[in-house]
Amino acid sequence: MNDNGIKGLLLDEPLIFERSSVGRMGVAPAEFDIPEADPKGLLPAGLLRDRIDGFPEVSEMDAVRHYTRLSQWNFGVDSGFYPLGSCTMKYNPKVNEALCRLPGLSMIHPYEPEELVQGALELMYELEEYLAEISGMDAVTLQPSAGAHGELCGLLMMAAYFKDKGKARTKIIIPDTAHGTNPASSHLAGFKVVPVKSEGKGALSVDAIKAVMDEDTAGLMVTNPNTIGLFEKNIKEIAKVVHSKGGFLYCDGANLNALMGLVNLGSIGVDVIQFNLHKTFSTPHGGGGPGSGPVGVKKALEPFLPAPRVKKSRGKYSLEYDRPKSIGRLKAFYGNFSIMVRAYAYIRRMGGEGLKRASETAILNANYIKERLKDTYHLAYNEPCMHESVFSDKNLLGHGVTTLDVAKRLIDYGFHPPTVYFPLVVHGAIMIEPTETETKETMDRFVEAMKAIAEEARTNPELLKNAPTKTKVRRVDETRAAREPVLRWVKK
Amino acid sequence: MPYIPHTEKDRECLLKAVGAEKIDDLIAVPENARLKGELKLPKGLTEQELTKALKKKAARNSTVEDYASFLGAGAYNHYIPAVVDSVISRSEFYTSYTPYQPEISQGTLQAIFEYQTIVCQLTGMDVANASLYDGASAVAEAALMARRITGRDKVLLSAALHPEYRETVRSYLHGAGNHVSEVMYCTEAGTTLPEALDAALDKDTACLVIQYPNFFGSVEDLKALADAAHAKGALIVAVTNEAVSFGLLASPGSLGADIAVGDNQSFGNTLSYGGPYLGFMATKTEFIRQMPGRIVGETVDRDGKRAFCLTFSTREQHIRRERATSNICTNHGLCALAASVHMVSLGEVGLRRLALLNLSKAEYLKKALANVSGVEVAFSSPTFNEFTIKISKAPEEVLKGLLKKKVMGGLALKRFYPEMNTKEEMDSFVDALSKISG
Ligand SMILES: Cc1ncc(COP(=O)(O)O)c(C=O)c1O
Repeated sequence: MNDNGIKGLLLDEPLIFERSSVGRMGVAPAEFDIPEADPKGLLPAGLLRDRIDGFPEVSEMDAVRHYTRLSQWNFGVDSGFYPLGSCTMKYNPKVNEALCRLPGLSMIHPYEPEELVQGALELMYELEEYLAEISGMDAVTLQPSAGAHGELCGLLMMAAYFKDKGKARTKIIIPDTAHGTNPASSHLAGFKVVPVKSEGKGALSVDAIKAVMDEDTAGLMVTNPNTIGLFEKNIKEIAKVVHSKGGFLYCDGANLNALMGLVNLGSIGVDVIQFNLHKTFSTPHGGGGPGSGPVGVKKALEPFLPAPRVKKSRGKYSLEYDRPKSIGRLKAFYGNFSIMVRAYAYIRRMGGEGLKRASETAILNANYIKERLKDTYHLAYNEPCMHESVFSDKNLLGHGVTTLDVAKRLIDYGFHPPTVYFPLVVHGAIMIEPTETETKETMDRFVEAMKAIAEEARTNPELLKNAPTKTKVRRVDETRAAREPVLRWVKK
Repeated sequence: MPYIPHTEKDRECLLKAVGAEKIDDLIAVPENARLKGELKLPKGLTEQELTKALKKKAARNSTVEDYASFLGAGAYNHYIPAVVDSVISRSEFYTSYTPYQPEISQGTLQAIFEYQTIVCQLTGMDVANASLYDGASAVAEAALMARRITGRDKVLLSAALHPEYRETVRSYLHGAGNHVSEVMYCTEAGTTLPEALDAALDKDTACLVIQYPNFFGSVEDLKALADAAHAKGALIVAVTNEAVSFGLLASPGSLGADIAVGDNQSFGNTLSYGGPYLGFMATKTEFIRQMPGRIVGETVDRDGKRAFCLTFSTREQHIRRERATSNICTNHGLCALAASVHMVSLGEVGLRRLALLNLSKAEYLKKALANVSGVEVAFSSPTFNEFTIKISKAPEEVLKGLLKKKVMGGLALKRFYPEMNTKEEMDSFVDALSKISG
């Protein structure tokens, strides 16, 4: 059987605090080349701290062993197939990791005078240009730290625009397929969310938008391709409806990996978009971040972009702070620069042709998996998909197993499970995004594992319910974690 | 094509399997939405060419080692032990994502649980989250959190809070109708003015936000400010963006803080021209349901073995949508790992020494600069590792002059930063400044 997951030797490892021994030190700070100050003489007694009870104290080697063992309990893209839908877990090129660590890019202070950081500013300027070209936008800010941060940025700009026009708008339309960050960001930006349902085939209808779009609505926030993996085929007509009421079309660009070189979002009516550099542009996900969430806008919104902006004049780059209509800023400094460096390197390595090929291949791979699985699992929408496909749990429930059981069983086969239970509109959703960096052989092994699991569900469902069995820990009691919270270690 | 593994044969085979003749048949985008023509981007590069191109860019920047740098103000140049990059370069850590599947993410989860504990230890609080984007956005999240807890609107910022943090709070709070105001600092002491507080704090005030140590480097009397805020039923948010100070200064929690936020960049995270850095947040147990961000908790697996998983997720956007405590999803997990590794390798003794070293260097430089004619230490209150000076000449001109001597002296608001600076560098700085200033 195609059983990828075999058992290896995993070493147990206590919490770092339990490894600790008072007074032990790993890496000592520098020696004093100046007189040692006396804190008691300089600061009031009430402001000096006592001992930090329980602070970890280990040798350098023990620290290294500790973290090495922890790392071995983790599964990353470098460990194996990670088809986590909506997250674009593509390969993270090693050269990008090396380049962002060049001292000339990593050891520069954000407040250095502009003339000393011309290379950094140039890189940012060019990255903005590339992202504008890829999306068809007129201007880009690199400031936001992640997709959701970018959403907030775009939405605040829309709000500022209407305020500037003297007529604030209070609502925003969001489809029921949207990622949770969309309504959460909208609320934060002060908008009331107006939900719309997608029609039978998983797409938004022009009429549904017509029915709710009015002059108190700032616009529509749409993910394209949507979270079902389908291109919103009525997008141009929908944009017209939104624009006819003076609104903006916000595109959640989390799924841009399906569109590079294939669709110019600007020319089909998108006014604002956030890019998730940690998805489309190959920067690593870091066990939860950091990412980067630049935002592109059309001309009308340009004055509202956060400050500062990178400017170029006669071959010299500078930062422009004086932007009277700007929404201000969403973080200190200019954005997650070392993530920008990686994305920049990726774009330069791929070129326009390479990016297009990446999107085409992402679509090809997703369709391949969809075709091979659709007779076994229930395809939520039987339509040609873009970069990901979504199945439901319809064929599973009769056997008393759930989507979660399938996901956990996949782990035993050596795969990271797909995204599960999202989007919410698909019952027991299984969302599979292979990305373009996977080989046919890997996808075949995954497909066979999925089929074997479907067979097990029929013949021996206990295998699924007991899974995973080969991992460091078995199924984790998440209910208990919430009911009897232990959120930190405390010294006994 | 880089990173795309398919051979021509693979492509054909895959196309056939999906019943398409060519890739275009597969792209389910209506004709009217297709891009005509090609992307206008530079041609792709080989890995070697790319490396050369980026080295060229890097060479057009001057690093904090090319100059003697005395820059700080929310971005700190501390020595990062080699063990940090070694650990965060393990790709089981950096190529994974949010630990949604705990059984294959115990490494990330345990590391976050340990990090949460360390943040609690440093801040003197009960619970901490997994991370936020940076110090500035963490303050904004804290302000929103305080509003939810108190049901009050007004957010009061000390004017001695980092200006970019203040700006961030204002931007974040646009949607909530703003209600942000500021309290002045005492121009003599360089700390938040207690008299100004009395007028500003009222029954509508959700929180008072104090940076500790503040933007000028001065150490605020957090306890007194907390008492004043509490007397009016407001919460106190303590902001620390030079986290090394935790090795020397009393924890915000012990001085009455209700929410402690800030940036842990100082531990393990490179300057990288301003990001990614590491927002942190810690609070009291009673406020946990209003805290934004991921939280890891300890539990057991089916066999009763210790295990960790994400918890309290009913606060979060993927469950609660527009009623979530925050929109944050992707956070700064790897930065938190870097900070943990740095702190763990220092240990308590190392951390205390590092803090003392920073204090000592700042004191050395402060004294030396005070003796330069035309230079005056701006504020009377105690400082930690940065401080503010006044110069009789135009600061911009002085800074330009210093650059010629390979010294980055600070911003026009003159923030100085020691530790990484040897005595020799500090002496030559003083020397250069006395020549320019004198
Ligand atoms: C469709 C979609 N939108 C928005 C986001 C939010 O992006 P981030 O996690 O970078 O904040 C995500 C991913 O998490 C997503 O999948």
